[in-house]
Amino acid sequence: MNAPVTRRNAVLGITAAATSFAVPSILRAQSAGRVVVVGGGFGGAACARALKRAQGNLQVILIEPNAVFTSCPFSNEVIAGLRDIDAQQFGYDKLAAQGVTVIGQAVTTIETQRRSILTADGVALPYDRLVLSPGIDFHFEALPGYDEAAAEKMPHAWKAGAQTLLLRKQLEAMPDGGTVAITIPANPSRCPPAPYERASLIAHYLKINKPRSKVLVLDAKDTFSQQRLFERAWKELYGDMIERIALSQGGRVTSVDASTKTIVTEFGNYTPDVANVIPPQRAGLIAGIAGAADATGWCPIDPATFESKLVPNIHVVGDACLGGGIPKSASAASAQGKACAAAIVSLLAGRTPEAPRLTGVCYNTVAPGYGFSLAGNYQPKGDIFAEVEGGATSPVDAPRELRAREAAEAERWFQTITADTFG
Amino acid sequence: MTALINVPAKARRGDIIEIRTLTSHIMETGFRHTADGALVPRDIVTSFTCRYNGTEIFSADLFPAIAANPYLSFFTVAKESGKFEFEWTGDNGYSSSASASITVE
Repeated sequence: MNAPVTRRNAVLGITAAATSFAVPSILRAQSAGRVVVVGGGFGGAACARALKRAQGNLQVILIEPNAVFTSCPFSNEVIAGLRDIDAQQFGYDKLAAQGVTVIGQAVTTIETQRRSILTADGVALPYDRLVLSPGIDFHFEALPGYDEAAAEKMPHAWKAGAQTLLLRKQLEAMPDGGTVAITIPANPSRCPPAPYERASLIAHYLKINKPRSKVLVLDAKDTFSQQRLFERAWKELYGDMIERIALSQGGRVTSVDASTKTIVTEFGNYTPDVANVIPPQRAGLIAGIAGAADATGWCPIDPATFESKLVPNIHVVGDACLGGGIPKSASAASAQGKACAAAIVSLLAGRTPEAPRLTGVCYNTVAPGYGFSLAGNYQPKGDIFAEVEGGATSPVDAPRELRAREAAEAERWFQTITADTFG
Repeated sequence: MTALINVPAKARRGDIIEIRTLTSHIMETGFRHTADGALVPRDIVTSFTCRYNGTEIFSADLFPAIAANPYLSFFTVAKESGKFEFEWTGDNGYSSSASASITVE
């Protein structure tokens, strides 16, 4: 896939940098060491904060081009008109106040041999350890007809922000009686249950505002996370408003045509009024530039330390890494960021890191006051993380009172994780 | 739904066209046991045939290693307008068929 190209880019980058920049090495010698974290989402920000908290004399630099982070968790509520996008947005002031150096730049090159990165403004930053938390990028080649331009007509809304608002606007503009299609890629992908939460919350909006409309889910999977809970809720709340065509019913999307808003599956064409195309994904671009992504497009890691299996001194956390049993979620990214920070502090001090035990929790809200959850514990097992006992999923048969309590818990979870990550 | 078919509605004479078929079937291997040790009997599709205006153009034998809901895709040359007929047969007298038309210009 992208490995040969990106490796070549990395090599070219090294040559260019070697001739035009003298990398200052003085910065590396003092203090307890210098850790550069690339990407200020749930994984990167949690890692930077945990590093600084664990060891105050460590130099921690967070590089993130966006001044404001927009959270994907709860963005389905923005799409459904239940929440303002401001409630999703967080800055980096508190991290800076805690001693993390925040640099608002994009990374262009990673010189793995010299242990230095280059930002878009031409500044070289050496590191002892580098943490990549780049999240996902879209694998456009895997879905012919879909690209950045097509996303303006058929929004993915799979990175929160302008795309979230675009999908919201299209839903508002759709006449009653219309069809909203959501296309879902195969795993691995960011937050596996989230497309089904989205289908639920869009149905909620339509039921109240455009009750003759429907939601069509075109799915490249046959089964999905918390399926029985979702299907029960759909029947209870939305009757037959949501129609799902699974993989074995011909649900896999093979191409799209943005000019006619057509979705092509292996066995048919669809022209919905609103097309929410969630494309196949891979690790964020910078992981490829670093040479940390393999042929799958994702980053293999040592689960004990999150160190890349392909590039030394580089750690990968969050959606970009191949976590095995751990789903790609904000909660998992945050737990990984903290565990990675602990491992780096140990490694820099010459100690053997302790094996991490991670907890991931995932809430789904299918209507206001109706939520359920999945919690799991994970430990390194061989090359990956494996789920260990202690996890739990909400019961399929439960009174509405429990669903209401879980919806309230979901909101508290969001407040906790964002406060924990961004201050 | 038992079978899904994708045959282009139109083609030019001589075009190479792709045909896709998917039939819903559990494809029980016959190698599994229930919790109390009883063997789950084999129940699979064993044969697939495609005919183009009566002439067999593609066939396949299926075996226990093939996953549930067998999906087959193959190519042929569009020679004349007419009908594609598809047939699946299997264990326990299983039989299913479907057809699709094509206009060749």
